[in-house]
Amino acid sequence: MAQIRVEALDKSFGTFHAVKAASFTVEDGQFLCLLGPSGCGKTTTLRMIAGLELPTAGTIRLGGEDVTMNRASARDIAFVFQLFALYPHMNVRRNIGFPLKCEGIDAVERERRVVEVARILRISHLLDSSVSGLAGGDRQRVALGRAIVREPKCFLMDEPLGALDTEMREAMIHELRALHDRLGATTVYVTHDQLEAMAMADMIAVMNDGVVEQVASPRDIYDRPASLFVADFIGSPPMNFLPFRGSLEAGAQTIRLGEHEVAVPAAREALAESDLVLGVRPEHVRFTDRGMVRGEVYGSEYLGTTQIVTVTTRYGALKARSPASVSFRTGESVGLDFRPDTLSIFDKESGRAIRTALYEGGAHG
Amino acid sequence: MSTANAAHSVVEPSAGTRRFAGSLVILYAVITMIPLIWIVLTSFKSPDDAISYPPKVVFSPSFEGFCNLFTTRSRQTPEFIQTLGPPQGLCDSIARSRNMVVAGPSNYVPRFVNSLIIAFGSTVLAVALGTLSAYGFSRFRVPLKDDLLFFILSTRMMPPIAVAIPIYLMYRTIGLSDTRLGMILLYTSVNVSLAVWLLKGFIDEIPREYEEAAMIDGYTRFQAFVKVVLPQATTGIAATAIFCLIFAWNEYAFAVLLTSGNAQTAPPFIPIIIGEGGQDWPAVAAGTTLFLVPIVVFTVLLRKHLLRGITFGAVRK
Repeated sequence: MAQIRVEALDKSFGTFHAVKAASFTVEDGQFLCLLGPSGCGKTTTLRMIAGLELPTAGTIRLGGEDVTMNRASARDIAFVFQLFALYPHMNVRRNIGFPLKCEGIDAVERERRVVEVARILRISHLLDSSVSGLAGGDRQRVALGRAIVREPKCFLMDEPLGALDTEMREAMIHELRALHDRLGATTVYVTHDQLEAMAMADMIAVMNDGVVEQVASPRDIYDRPASLFVADFIGSPPMNFLPFRGSLEAGAQTIRLGEHEVAVPAAREALAESDLVLGVRPEHVRFTDRGMVRGEVYGSEYLGTTQIVTVTTRYGALKARSPASVSFRTGESVGLDFRPDTLSIFDKESGRAIRTALYEGGAHG
Repeated sequence: MSTANAAHSVVEPSAGTRRFAGSLVILYAVITMIPLIWIVLTSFKSPDDAISYPPKVVFSPSFEGFCNLFTTRSRQTPEFIQTLGPPQGLCDSIARSRNMVVAGPSNYVPRFVNSLIIAFGSTVLAVALGTLSAYGFSRFRVPLKDDLLFFILSTRMMPPIAVAIPIYLMYRTIGLSDTRLGMILLYTSVNVSLAVWLLKGFIDEIPREYEEAAMIDGYTRFQAFVKVVLPQATTGIAATAIFCLIFAWNEYAFAVLLTSGNAQTAPPFIPIIIGEGGQDWPAVAAGTTLFLVPIVVFTVLLRKHLLRGITFGAVRK
């Protein structure tokens, strides 16, 4: 097992700049998710770590060793593909044993390790079946078996659950995380599904348009998004954005939104007058008659324990999460206010989050 | 028509429909088979029966056609024949009944061997080159890929007769005229375009992940190609090989022009088997019948590869 260090990684395909100066570190034994919409460069980044693509610039270190230009087979990594890539002309046993055979490990030792891996993954009874007859989840287990049998330096997984149905996926999320904890293997996991990433990862690297927007723990990604993109991408429904124009002094604890003063976490930088955006998670919107923002209920979405209420206001449509027990009539006039210590402020132009007390790790909840 | 409807129909076809469809298929098969059956029948007729009118369907079988195919004979007086010892084998006795003696073997066997060497040699070469280049075109960023592929295909667009004379002159100059190597190279160059296009289609269908997985697991690209890609491309390779072989085996125009005494293949040889008083039809038919055998055997041997889609179900799409 080893640390993975990616430094200023760049990749262009002709004129298309797929990955732009991506940098992050995955500590030994950590589970990192590369999260982003399709086409954001996350898979390309993973393939560069694997050695399936060569970077245009930048370095990749595995356990301190520079492997940027090494062949995939010389990196001692394991890769789990979305489509599993089980060799159809081999049965389960030979599929799992294949990497060991490539390394020239003798048949007795090979058999011992294949059986052991099959036991861990609970597929012992399938060892002699053909891979083409297996169900999705079992195929995924065989693919995992092929990855873990060699005890590589790290695991790279490219949307390994993408081809499974929802129910199987739920189960495999827990299995994968349990397997990770058991093996303590450094893992980089690519997904576009934020729930998968939130449920499994120690650290999430959010990518957009080839750029790593933020690398942080799932909680920090959610509570302290570093950019408008991250705030918008993470969370369902995403964060509400209220655009406003204003300036900011260091230490200021309020901003001016229209004619209202809104309390925010203390600013840690000064800003000249510019276009800004106030970010509010739906669960931090409170209904109160004395609320500073007024609007009309447009509709609500019942989710069981909570509901998402859409309210049209002069700042646009805001979504608020409220207990399902409260009932709202469409067209009803309501007042809203926001929990001050949870608000984010972004610079509209660059999308960057303004440094405030929130980002010092003090307040969240 | 009926079979097509039956295949698309949601309702199970009735027994009558099925019988009708079945008999249509059988009728079509019979119509297709008639020329072949006629050739096989002719090969067992005597020369007189072969050209009798109306054509004979019932006749007493004779091996004269096969004997005439494999031997050359010379006419002798009955007195001279009587001075010889007892006939040596079946063919000798048939020849003697027509006042002839067997003078020696014919050229059929060497021509047939030429055909085997040239057709299989060029098929192996074309499929090997085709597989490698199809893999290259399928997996790598080849500069001017589309133009190159079109150029390769365009070699097929010319009628062979248009290039026959230039090739004849070229071959004479470089000494490839009437050699097996020359014919192998010629048929390979014609077939390789077909092989590249067919196999590229098959290899495109094989997900790259297989090789990538193998390369991560410790194989080089070439090892991954041999151990992982080739086994999955067997179906395509078998189909391509059959097409290439059929072309090379049946090719007539170039064979007539470029080969004579040394490297002549069976197709230009068979029609010119002359017997007493003109064309020896039973011998021609016998030559044709035997000529069909290798293709039939090859196709039957590869049939299971043609039918088996081994990648099916291993990758979920």
